[in-house]
Amino acid sequence: MTSKRYAMVVDTRLCVACKACVLACKAENDVPEGYCRDWLVEEVRGRFPDLRAENRSERCNHCTNAPCVGVCPTGASHIAEGGVVLVTAAKCTGCKACMAACPYDARYVTPDGYVDKCTFCLHRVQRGEEPACVAVCPTHTLHFGDLDDRESGVSRLLTERDFKVNHPESGAEPNVFFLT
Amino acid sequence: MEPVEIDSGRHNPGVDPGLHIWGWEIPVYLFLGGLVAGLMVITAMAELRGGRPRSPILRMAPFGALVLLSLGMGALFLDLGHKLYVWRFYMAFRPTSPMSWGSWILVLVYPVGILHGLGSISDTARASARRRLGRVGGWIVGGATFADRVRAPILWLSLVLGAGLGVYTGLLLGTTPARMLWNSAVLGPLFLVSGLSTGAALLLLFPMDDGERHQLARFDAVAILAEMSVLGLYLVGLGSGGAPQRAAAATLLGGAWTAPFWGLVIVLGLVTPLALETIEQRLGRPFTRLAPMLVLIGGFSLRAILVAAGQDTSFRLFP
Repeated sequence: MTSKRYAMVVDTRLCVACKACVLACKAENDVPEGYCRDWLVEEVRGRFPDLRAENRSERCNHCTNAPCVGVCPTGASHIAEGGVVLVTAAKCTGCKACMAACPYDARYVTPDGYVDKCTFCLHRVQRGEEPACVAVCPTHTLHFGDLDDRESGVSRLLTERDFKVNHPESGAEPNVFFLT
Repeated sequence: MEPVEIDSGRHNPGVDPGLHIWGWEIPVYLFLGGLVAGLMVITAMAELRGGRPRSPILRMAPFGALVLLSLGMGALFLDLGHKLYVWRFYMAFRPTSPMSWGSWILVLVYPVGILHGLGSISDTARASARRRLGRVGGWIVGGATFADRVRAPILWLSLVLGAGLGVYTGLLLGTTPARMLWNSAVLGPLFLVSGLSTGAALLLLFPMDDGERHQLARFDAVAILAEMSVLGLYLVGLGSGGAPQRAAAATLLGGAWTAPFWGLVIVLGLVTPLALETIEQRLGRPFTRLAPMLVLIGGFSLRAILVAAGQDTSFRLFP
């Protein structure tokens, strides 16, 4: 079996912050009302008139060195196919250690009591489809693929373009990349 | 640094605008866990050094510790979001998870504590139990006789498990690099020495043999001094770290939590009881329960403040 390392690439130069990704995720994953697994961050840096704006569609970074998985006492948080970090609700006690450990605050406690977050829509990916947020993005800001495949779209984008990750100092090795 | 304005569309309950996942339950558990660790270590150490304790409260302490631990675990249970799945803690052992270590340590504490307590029952109490409690009394005496036979290993186990419990309550927070205020392994020894001090303080609230009270008060003074030193190291560690660590330290050194931390933990919980205990001992003043009560208030405040303040010291402070 060939190894896979799923990653998402977000082109901050194309994002218009329409939030279609947020709505698609809520619909696809039955995200409870008032919660979200992905969200938009609109950031403005500098002093007027020298301002730089950036829109970022953010979510769980499915870190290679995921702190949430290490601290989970029951194995509910685990690394699944392609390095995707998942939570098994039936193993989760709702102790919230993973939420304390997440450098990105990407997790939440559902009204049912267990912890949940973005799954990279692994159920869709296993059917050969893209994650819901990627599929609906009208500006082609979002890209999903396998970093271990050097010919994949995400690999090529990270070779050709400058990119960054959120809080690399966390040491978690996030797998959501932002093209700048 | 250039100005940054961030408009985030994320408003998850308990997460935004600042993380608030742990309320009163966790500080209560950490406080009671530390207290129990202190009681286990103190009673085991005292007996390993000087033989069976004279004061009834010291002989009762192992059982009392189990009651307090159960209350603490009750608080921990109340904090769980998915309560019906609590048994999942005991379907796995995850060596990288302090919470997993803690779950298993807690389970081991009970049999050790029961055997420790049974072996501490005095001969007169055993005779009275046999007389008054019939068959149950027979079981108690049988258990106590068995506990006598394994006394030395049980005392050592109490010492080691108690120390493990105390350190783990600190490492539960200390192994969380995403919260800068907690990200220090020094919290392990800090919570252990604080547990030793609060354990001694709790015992000092009860009537006891004068010689044992004197020894315990001296032990408490040493534990308070140790706690002050470790707390100093903790602040030096944060204050001499990178920008995130310094920002975390600033919450206690000039920021929002400065007044409660210095007022309740340092002045009321450490300096004042140390001064009172020193005056009582050196000047031969009569013992009062004020110093131990202040130590207990300080021990709880330390955990409550660190849990509350630490949740907000995350990477989002550094966009």
